[in-house]
Amino acid sequence: MSIAEKFVSMEYGPAPEDPKEAGAWLERHGRRFELFIGGTWQPPTAGEYFDTTDPSNGEKLAAVAQGGVADIDSAVRAARAASPKWRALTPHARARYLYALARLVQKHSRLLAVLETMDNGKPIRESRDIDIPLVARHFYYHAGWAQLLEQEFPEHEPCGVVGQIIPWNFPLLMLAWKIAPALATGNTVVLKPAEFTPLTALLFAELCQEAGLPAGVVNIVTGDGRTGEALVKHPDVDKIAFTGSTEVGRAIRSATATSHKRLSLELGGKSPFIIFEDADLDSAVEGLVDGIWFNQGQVCCAGSRLLMQESIAEPLIAKIHDRMSTLRIGPPLDKAIDIGAIVARVQLDRIERMVAQGVADGATCWQPQVTLPARGFYYPPTLLSNVHPTSIVAQQEIFGPVLAAMTFRTPNEAVELANNTVYGLASCVWSENINVALHVAAQLKAGVVWVNCTNLFDAACGFGGYRESGYGREGGREGLLEYMEPTWFKHAPKLPAANALTPEKAVGQTEERPDASAPAIDRTVKLYIGGKQARPDSGYSMEVHAPDGRLLGEAPLGNRKDIRNAVEAARKAESWARATAHNRAQVLYYCAENLAQRQNEIVHRLSAAVGEKQAAAEVELGIERIFSYAAWADKFDGAVHNPPFRNISIAMNEAIGTVGVICPAEAPLLGFLSLVLPLLAVGNTVIAVPSERYPLITGDLYQLFDTSDLPGGAVNIVTGYASQLLKTLAEHDDVDGLWCYGDEATVSAAKAMSIGNLKQVWTNEGRVIDWFNPKLAEGRWFLEHATQVKNIWVPYGE
Amino acid sequence: MSVDDRYNNLAHKSGGESASGEQHPTSTVATLAGRPLLSNAGIPLDLKWLQEVRVNTSAVERRAQTQVARRTVKKEWQAAWLLRAISCMDLTTLSGDDTDERVRRLCAKARQPIQQDLVQKLGIEDLGIKVGAVCVYHAFIETALHALEGSGIPVAAVSTGFPAGLSPLPERVAEIRRSVEAGAHEIDVVITRAHVFGGRWQALYDEVATFKQACGAAHMKVILGTGDLLTFRNVARASFVAMMAGADFIKTSTGKEPTNATLPVSLVMVRAIREYAQQTGMAVGFKPAGGIRTAKQSLDWLALMKEELGLSWMRAELLRFGASGLLGDIERQLEHYATGRYSAEYRHPIA
Repeated sequence: MSIAEKFVSMEYGPAPEDPKEAGAWLERHGRRFELFIGGTWQPPTAGEYFDTTDPSNGEKLAAVAQGGVADIDSAVRAARAASPKWRALTPHARARYLYALARLVQKHSRLLAVLETMDNGKPIRESRDIDIPLVARHFYYHAGWAQLLEQEFPEHEPCGVVGQIIPWNFPLLMLAWKIAPALATGNTVVLKPAEFTPLTALLFAELCQEAGLPAGVVNIVTGDGRTGEALVKHPDVDKIAFTGSTEVGRAIRSATATSHKRLSLELGGKSPFIIFEDADLDSAVEGLVDGIWFNQGQVCCAGSRLLMQESIAEPLIAKIHDRMSTLRIGPPLDKAIDIGAIVARVQLDRIERMVAQGVADGATCWQPQVTLPARGFYYPPTLLSNVHPTSIVAQQEIFGPVLAAMTFRTPNEAVELANNTVYGLASCVWSENINVALHVAAQLKAGVVWVNCTNLFDAACGFGGYRESGYGREGGREGLLEYMEPTWFKHAPKLPAANALTPEKAVGQTEERPDASAPAIDRTVKLYIGGKQARPDSGYSMEVHAPDGRLLGEAPLGNRKDIRNAVEAARKAESWARATAHNRAQVLYYCAENLAQRQNEIVHRLSAAVGEKQAAAEVELGIERIFSYAAWADKFDGAVHNPPFRNISIAMNEAIGTVGVICPAEAPLLGFLSLVLPLLAVGNTVIAVPSERYPLITGDLYQLFDTSDLPGGAVNIVTGYASQLLKTLAEHDDVDGLWCYGDEATVSAAKAMSIGNLKQVWTNEGRVIDWFNPKLAEGRWFLEHATQVKNIWVPYGE
Repeated sequence: MSVDDRYNNLAHKSGGESASGEQHPTSTVATLAGRPLLSNAGIPLDLKWLQEVRVNTSAVERRAQTQVARRTVKKEWQAAWLLRAISCMDLTTLSGDDTDERVRRLCAKARQPIQQDLVQKLGIEDLGIKVGAVCVYHAFIETALHALEGSGIPVAAVSTGFPAGLSPLPERVAEIRRSVEAGAHEIDVVITRAHVFGGRWQALYDEVATFKQACGAAHMKVILGTGDLLTFRNVARASFVAMMAGADFIKTSTGKEPTNATLPVSLVMVRAIREYAQQTGMAVGFKPAGGIRTAKQSLDWLALMKEELGLSWMRAELLRFGASGLLGDIERQLEHYATGRYSAEYRHPIA
């Protein structure tokens, strides 16, 4: 076709990025890659390889080693061997390595981008302009943290050897999100790239060599799910960081329950994209393009559920149709392509299946007239309208370029629909009214809220989800904490097993015996649910004995129905979560005041169980602990980040929601207060199970709460056998978090039983906590676990 | 007086249905997403519409920024696009030191924007590439008309107290009439920016409608002075008022403002044109002016038109680049395409 003809047609024509250099790199390796272990390339023990292909044409790119159990073991051993030296390096030295990695990523940015696009199928524009620059930014940012580590995180230690498993949708970016914070904090790493997209991780291994990174600090073991499983189950791994499907996340939670591996999970999403009638509709539509038609919709935080205000639904749908018609779908190496290839056949099948199901459920399917390339895996941009919340396409993650649209009438309904999901990763709010936008943003259950923008990321802003979208954050200060532990905690001794725990051996136990002539305790202690004393559903009581075997009294024997009632009461006690921090502080101070007033009688009663000395200390320190959290209530602030955009990014510390607490046995009162108070201070509502050792403390506690203006339901107390109540709490899907303090068997059980809704579980890992030492037993560390960070991005400008 | 009354009065005064006073052609001048559009005859001022205008600055900037990265044209496609940019160019001289001879030189370049040997190398003799128009001050209309005789290239004159637009209204209207009488085919008028700042939409509407009436059959391009208006919401609202009052084109700026045509401001105006077309079935042209100096920039703007409005807005009938230096860079790029060697400015005849 001549220039003259093109002058008439004004078509774009092809604009291919040259894959020559990437091809040459593959050829240099003979299109065959081994495992990067201990700084060298090693063949897989079993000699197995698998192919990685270009999804845009189905052609094989290279054969890649299938790492087996033995390979994972040698990688973990290499990482372990490298660990002492690496963590002993000065933070400045680690900062230099990370800085070098950032520089190297920039120096090889185009090769990385082209390789990523070839392996994954994403448009070269995205890998070139979004993925790779964010990778470099992540290493720069964490080079900075490495430099500041000792000043900013004194008395912290790295986890040790970290196993990291990353997905195929942003291969190198997810690698950066995992490796940069791990190295900055002094961990060594075994990383398993996704089976579909291992190539950039292998190129990154070469950059590690070029940077002179000590052998074994970063190990890359390619392979499929079996390789990941071997890594998860390896006994010498201290932490697992996983990004991927909620299904696999659940399996990992289950597999690591009996270990002390720390866990951070970044899982799926079905993120709402809310458009109000007063939004800039054209810009909102463009936001959708950056949301659901970014990376072929294979984005965990994709705005895949469109919620439109009824009044603008019709014109908005028309605008979306128009915009979809101008999206260009085709070979991802073309620089003028918006939608590239779906990563693999299996994913394409899934998308097709789910769209068909959505249509069967009554949705209207609209796709623009596009010609898909003859070869490769492509799926056209798709709008499903008339979708109802009951439809599978409104509930489940499709992970494709498919938008499901629904309408709402009021801001309240928008929030209700938005939160009507098991996920909570991200969300978008479009409105030109800042009052509406921020009001809604505050109510959304999601780790990220983008106001009038979409899919913005930055290393400084933590990313991660609520609910079944996982736990832990990546990026920001909070992301760093996932890779460190307080030094004292790491080295704390183990608690003896509960069945071996005799009261005489309990921590802080004194040799003193209570006065044998003490009058018998004949109070009737009840459960405390919804601000009321309640008899146990079972109608039974449990005997409570003193260390010398004397009967101290009888406590109600709570069962699963009592837990159910307590959770309902906690869920209803939203007024506590919405109370101002000042207000919460006032109530907590009042609790301290009332505890002080009853100090003597409570010491007296508690003495029968733990001895006078400990009882006195528990109450004295308990008053102080309440004061401490009353003080914290209005001081545990969030942050305002400075990502490189014109916006304010507000990191808010939000309460987790309803949290179950299994209280420690060592200090029946102080342990209870040490866990329940930080949760209350930041606005959680609590279902607490006092230790079996002295559940009678409940009677004193509810009198305390009742007289201190604590709203009913903010704290609920159910006594009984911890092992039974723990199960109900852990399995309860309306409990958002679980703090379990006990022996190793108990905390393992808590982790294993919590996989239903993937609630956040925090435990003492079976270790001894010195509740009598305020330096260890209170403060930020507890508050950090009592909150989750929500980042609200608010661009501005007129 | 209600909005409708004002419109009726205006229509009555001009003796027709339209604010422009002429019987607008009923033939299709453009299509938008398959829908045929007529040329703009204006509509009554719709204040409710203006109130509903929403423009999110950051989102617009982001779209403009990524749009450039999302689209590119290479090789012969790029050559074709650059030729299209030439054909949509209002080759302009608006300097205090303009002379008849200078204008004649410009017109000669307008007739033959690309040197002959390059035309042959590109194989585009049959296209007869020439610029969209020549744009001058009133004083040079006659000179330009003579110099362009037989070329079919229209002459555009800036008017209405260009660039500030602050002379008394009767003088501004008289200026338009004089230019039209002198034979100008197109009139570039400037609005009173103060009307925008003051939210005096009726006054702005009346002003533009009066200009339109004075223009008669000449095409009217309404310069919003976006570098002065500053905010995108102002730009969007001024765009709608100008279109409602009968603008044939809306134009970003005078070229004399601190900031002239930018992609974000163009995006706002182009979206307004689209919205107006969808609501009224009438097509308004777009003219970015000032600051577009490189071939690459002209491609970015063409892509913007293609993406947001479609092919109809990639023709001189609905797109003009107000530029003086752009042509030279395009020629150098075309030379590079034809020879594979980078060219020098002095190798191409100047305007």
